[in-house]
This record gives sequence, structure tokens and C-alpha cells, in this order.
Amino acid sequence: MTARLEVLAGVVLGALVVALTLAFGDKALLDVLMRLAIFGLLALSLNILVGYTGLVSFGHAMFFGLGAYSFGLLMQSGAVSIPSAALITLVVACIWGGVVGTFCIRLDDIYFSFLTLAFQMLLYSIIIGWVSLTGGDQGLMGGIPRPPFLGINLAEPRQLFVLIVVVFVVCVLAIRQIVQSPFGFALRMIRDNAERARFLGLPVQRYKLIAFVLSGFFGSVSGILMSLYVSGAYPNFAFWSMSGDAIFMIILGGLTVFLGPLVGAAVFLLLNDNITRLTEHHGIVMGVVLLAIVLGMRKGFLDVLDEWWQARASRAEARAGGDRQ
Amino acid sequence: MNPEALLACLTTPACIVTQVSAGMIIGMLIFLVASGVTLIFGVLKVVNFTHGSFYMLGVYFALTAYGLTGSYAVSLLAGAIGVGLFGVVFERFFMSKVYNADVLMQLLVCYAFILILDDVVKTVWGGDFLKMGMPEEFALPPIKVWDGFVPPFYAFLTVFAVLIAVLVAALLGLTRFGKIVRAAAVNRQMVSVLGINTSLVYALIFGLGSVLAGLAGALAAPVRSAVPGMGFDILIESFIVTVIGGMGSMGGAFIAAIGIGLIRSFGTIGFPLATEGVMFAIMAIVLLIKPTGLFGRRAA
Repeated sequence: MTARLEVLAGVVLGALVVALTLAFGDKALLDVLMRLAIFGLLALSLNILVGYTGLVSFGHAMFFGLGAYSFGLLMQSGAVSIPSAALITLVVACIWGGVVGTFCIRLDDIYFSFLTLAFQMLLYSIIIGWVSLTGGDQGLMGGIPRPPFLGINLAEPRQLFVLIVVVFVVCVLAIRQIVQSPFGFALRMIRDNAERARFLGLPVQRYKLIAFVLSGFFGSVSGILMSLYVSGAYPNFAFWSMSGDAIFMIILGGLTVFLGPLVGAAVFLLLNDNITRLTEHHGIVMGVVLLAIVLGMRKGFLDVLDEWWQARASRAEARAGGDRQ
Repeated sequence: MNPEALLACLTTPACIVTQVSAGMIIGMLIFLVASGVTLIFGVLKVVNFTHGSFYMLGVYFALTAYGLTGSYAVSLLAGAIGVGLFGVVFERFFMSKVYNADVLMQLLVCYAFILILDDVVKTVWGGDFLKMGMPEEFALPPIKVWDGFVPPFYAFLTVFAVLIAVLVAALLGLTRFGKIVRAAAVNRQMVSVLGINTSLVYALIFGLGSVLAGLAGALAAPVRSAVPGMGFDILIESFIVTVIGGMGSMGGAFIAAIGIGLIRSFGTIGFPLATEGVMFAIMAIVLLIKPTGLFGRRAA
């Protein structure tokens, strides 16, 4: 599929979902779709690092938390409108990503994971410790004001829903463009063989840093959406288990297929909600599911499907080739 | 921020003694956990992300053993052996399956176990804070050192942890088993060709690393409250210590752990909100100036 067709397909699909939901859906469906968009974007943004660059960040929630808190605080200050608060937040997130990323990419493999995790816990402890600003473990209290802008009133759930889906689709298309660009292929090369990439003259460290910042950028977009959705920000947004959940979503859906993390997010939310409803042993059940996937399939659902599809295609090709002889 | 209080403390011998002894036990607990992580990584080349949860298990095993027998020696043994055995089982049935897989898979197996262990602990022991209190063996008058007083248990913990470190170093440096371990760390296949069961060596090293975490937990039980999820902070701290000290360097981890312990204990007086920040700043500076850590060698 060419890039333009994909964009068109994405926009049409997004518009269709919005139209159908607004026409027939109830409040519950709106909620489900908004959460899916938010967590799907979180997982997709993380996959720029995990799937395409081969850097397993275990601290991605720092951007989620940073986005939510910085946006929430700016809105509570009452001095800025929603678009400018979002813009300032994204600039802050990029700076934070640039600074933290500079340190993190100096380390490889598991140490990269640990370091991202450590920086995330630093942010978490700031949020918990700085009670006068952040409300500590209670989260940002009193809700986040959502004054109307450009004729959009986000206090109205349907308008909020449309905005979240639109932002989601735009971001997904942007990420798609990034990973399909020459830059995206350079990232894959770094993932597969960083040494070779370096020999070919690729500035590997700079590319890694850019990927880190981009991933953080989209991660904080999902954080902003989250704070709009729940009208608040809570410390667990920046807690390590949020990062763990994002990785969990990626592995559930699959790393190699672009929309894998989105499917993973859907499966994860489905699992999460039902397990919470059925049993109090949430951790045990989720842990066992994760173990079964990691040790059993060793890849995500879409990865398995993708492999099966490709194997089928190559078998069909072999058969066609056999006929000709 | 309270620099006056810090200065006042630094000029009072009694305060210095109290804070140093408190810092030492924090540092020693971090060191034991960090040395377990380092040991396992040095030989098996995997990072055990569950090590903090092993520490937590050590605390709870020690609590239960103390409740049953009332003897702190037994609860130390229970923490060490119980977690050691659990570590061997974890290595054999789960971790060993992902040795050749990429980091993501190893991390996810560990993450799954962090979720499971936290939940199991909550189910078995409940979600509330549990306290062991000071064991009877240590219900002694404090030791007087240079105008200040040190609780006997603090002294015991510090000496005991150093003793364990020396024992582990001797085991790896002086014995035949240590030679095999060091050889396996360099070239597992070659060692295996020489007729040595390297799977057993791996399991034993993982077990030994787990014993260190379990011991740390049992040592922490009298001075810390137990709560599900408590293993995570010490995991992060032990990682910071490993990065500062140099990956794979036990000596570096030892010195860095004491440093972090002292920053924590003096920080509570002088800069209670910024202790974490100071720890991270030190780590960042070390990473910038010497990415391999203070005592780390360049990876082969």
C-alpha cells in the first residue's frame, strides 16, 4: 500500500469509528474507545524504541506522567488555553527526553532498560515528594479546567471523544510515516546491527537520541489525552507498573507489525477489566498470562499471524513455481 | 532544604555517629542486593529484575520464621535458604528458558514474576505493614562510640554483611568452584566440554545470588516494615550502586553502596526532599565522565 492510500485509509477508518460511535454508541463505548486510543498511542509510541530501534525502555511512563502532570498543572494555573498548554507540555517533554535520553543511550541492552526505569522513578519520587505542587500521592486535586477553545468544548464528552480520536489518528499516521521513512529504516538497521550501521557512517547515537525524543513526544501526547480524559493526573501514571503495562501491550499484540501494539492495548484492556471484575488476584493472573505468552509463543498475536501469513504466501508461491515447471 | 541542621549535625560527634551507623545499614542492605545482581550478571549475563522481590520474600520468610521460633538466627537462615531455593527453581524452570532470547523476553519473565510475587505475598501475609521489632538477642544497651550511641543490631548488620561479602569473594577467588565459575563466565561452552555440568553451575550461582537477596531481606526485617511491593526501591538503588561502582565490580558496588547509604542518612537531615535527586545526579555525573563506572573495566 502506498503512503497516501494508508493515510486515506486511516482517516476514513477514524471518521467511520467516530461517526458510528456518535450515532449508535453509548457513554460506555465512548469510554472504552477513548481509553483504547490513549493506551494504544502509549504502546505505539514506545514501540518506536522497542520494536524499531531495539532499545527496551522500561521507563516510558515517565513521558505519560510528565505529559499528564505538566498539562494538568498548566491548565490549573488558568493562565493558558488548552492548545498552548499542550504545546508547552510537548516542548517540556522533548527537553526532558533530550536530557534523559543523552544519558540513557550511553548504555546498551538491559542497562538501558534499567536507566530509563531509574529516571522514571526519579520523576515519580518528585511527584510524590513535591506535595505542594503535585498533591503528592493524592494526585492533582480539583480536576482540570477545560475552557472552550476554537468553538470546541471538551467538557462535553462527545467533543472530547472526537478530539481524542482525531489526535490519535494524526499521531498514528505520523508514527507510521516516521517508521516507514529512511530514518525509520536506519533505526531498524541500528536494531539489527549497530556496528555495521556505524561502519557505514550512520551517526548511531544521534539516531538513537532522536528516536528516544520522538517516542517520548508521542508518549506525552497520550499523557495529555489521559489527563483530559480523567480530568486529573495521578502518580501511578509515572509509576514503573505503567511502563511495564505498556511493554506488556506491545508483546501481547506483536512487535513486528505496525499496529501490533494497538491490538495489544485492546487485548490488555479487555484482560485487565475482566480480571479486575472476576478476581482480586489481579497480579497473579496477569503474570501467568504474560509468562504463558513469553515462554509459550515467544511473540505477540499479530507476530504469529504475520508469520503464518507469510509462510502461506511463500508456500503458495512455491506451488505456483512448481506448476510452471 | 536545611543546611543549618546538616552543619549542626556534622559538628556534633553524637549526631555523626548516629547518622553514619544508620547510613551503613542502608548501604549494606543495598550492597547485598546489588552484589547478588552483579554476581548473577557477571556469570550468567542476565539481569535479574526480580531481585528486589527476592529481597521482599527474604523479609517475609524471616518474619514468619521469627514468629514461629522466636529465634533471629533461624529467621536469618529461613530468609537465606528459602529465597536461595526459590531462586534455583526460578532459574531452572523460567529464567534458563530465555538465556538465548533477547533482553525484552528476559525482562518480561522478570516483570511477570514481580507481579506474581507481589500478589502472592499480599495473599499470604496481607497487604498491611508488618513489623518484626527488635529480636530479643539484640535487646542490649547501645554501644558507646565517640560520644554517640550505636544500636547493637546496626553493628551486627554491618559486620555480618561485610563478613558475607568476604566469604563470597573467597568462595569465588580461592576455591575450585570459584575457578569453575570464573571460567564459565568467560566461556561456558568450553567449560562444559571439559566435563563440567554448567547448568548446575548456573543454577548454583543464581541460587547464591538469591541467597544474598534473601539474607538482605532477613537482615532488614528488624529495622524495616514489610509491605508487598517493597522490593522495588531497593532494586533501583542497587542498580544505581552498580552503575556508580562499575558493572561487575563487587568492590565498586561496596564503596558506592556505602556512599549512597551515607547520602540517604545525612540527606534526611539536610535535604530530605532532594536525596533521590542527589543520588541520580551522582549517577549522571559518573555516567558522563566514566560510563563504565568508578571501578568498572571496559567490557571485553
